[in-house]
Amino acid sequence: MKRYAAPWLLIGLAACLGASAIDGFDLPDAETAARYQRLIAEFRCPKCLNESLASSGAPIAEDLRRAVRRLIEEGGSDDSIRAYLQERYGNFVLYDPPFTPATWLLWLSPLVLAGVALVILIWAARRRPAASLTVAERERAERLLQNAE
Amino acid sequence: MTRARLFLPLSAFAALAVFLYLGFTLRDPHLLPSALLDKPFPDFDLPLLGANGKRATRSSLTGEVRLVNVWATWCPTCLAEHGELLGIGARTGLSIVGVNYKDDAAKAVDWLARYGDPYDFNVVDANGDLGVELGVYGAPETFLVDADGFIRYKHVGAVTAAVWREKLEPAIQSLDTP
Repeated sequence: MKRYAAPWLLIGLAACLGASAIDGFDLPDAETAARYQRLIAEFRCPKCLNESLASSGAPIAEDLRRAVRRLIEEGGSDDSIRAYLQERYGNFVLYDPPFTPATWLLWLSPLVLAGVALVILIWAARRRPAASLTVAERERAERLLQNAE
Repeated sequence: MTRARLFLPLSAFAALAVFLYLGFTLRDPHLLPSALLDKPFPDFDLPLLGANGKRATRSSLTGEVRLVNVWATWCPTCLAEHGELLGIGARTGLSIVGVNYKDDAAKAVDWLARYGDPYDFNVVDANGDLGVELGVYGAPETFLVDADGFIRYKHVGAVTAAVWREKLEPAIQSLDTP
């Protein structure tokens, strides 16, 4: 088993080197690199719908990663980078969509559902006393149970 | 009460049906709106295709109404719309400018020699940076740019006879009568 380890380690090492060639992007410090990684994970690739810029291999995602990197190097704030992409590619690229007439229903639906659940809960709680047994009914039920034994 | 409750599944179904129906009527989320509409065409400084290092900038676009068409030789839809672009150029004399997007310049020159050249000139956007500025996410895309260099309309996908008749031509006419 052991003698097979070396080639696998080499392959693993090569894979890491390959990955760093794509993603390491030789940013000046770890903090900037982390910020870059966080930002590209925050945007949706416009071409591939269900992947972020960070995870997509599409050429357009590569171009947009390069744009994000350039904006970081030019000293842009997170908000200005978001605005840059939103201006060009629409709200669509934001995984965290803003509150607009098209999305208010989506945003408010949890509140509405919680409200509906609360109404049902109150209604059910009010009904319960009526559903419980009267003293006479309870005595009859106990008699029946004793007879059954 | 019990009788009203019988209608609960039906009303839940009706609500779901309305939702799904609305989902069908929404615009394809893939057809992104361009927030660049009515904004100036982005600045650029890029080489011209087949012009020995001559370059073009944003000011090369101003002066007349133009279609700016983003295309590439690797894009089959671009070939599909090519005949229509040639037709528009020949019929109307409208200036059409190409953005050769993430392409090989030599291949692009060959492609134009082979299929005809509807473009006044082509700028070479080899790495797609102008594409990002324009919010391009695929080719072909076609922008209507007015004489002051403002983007007035954007069409994603092939320019067909119908697109020209129903979208681009009316948009151009509305420019003439502000």
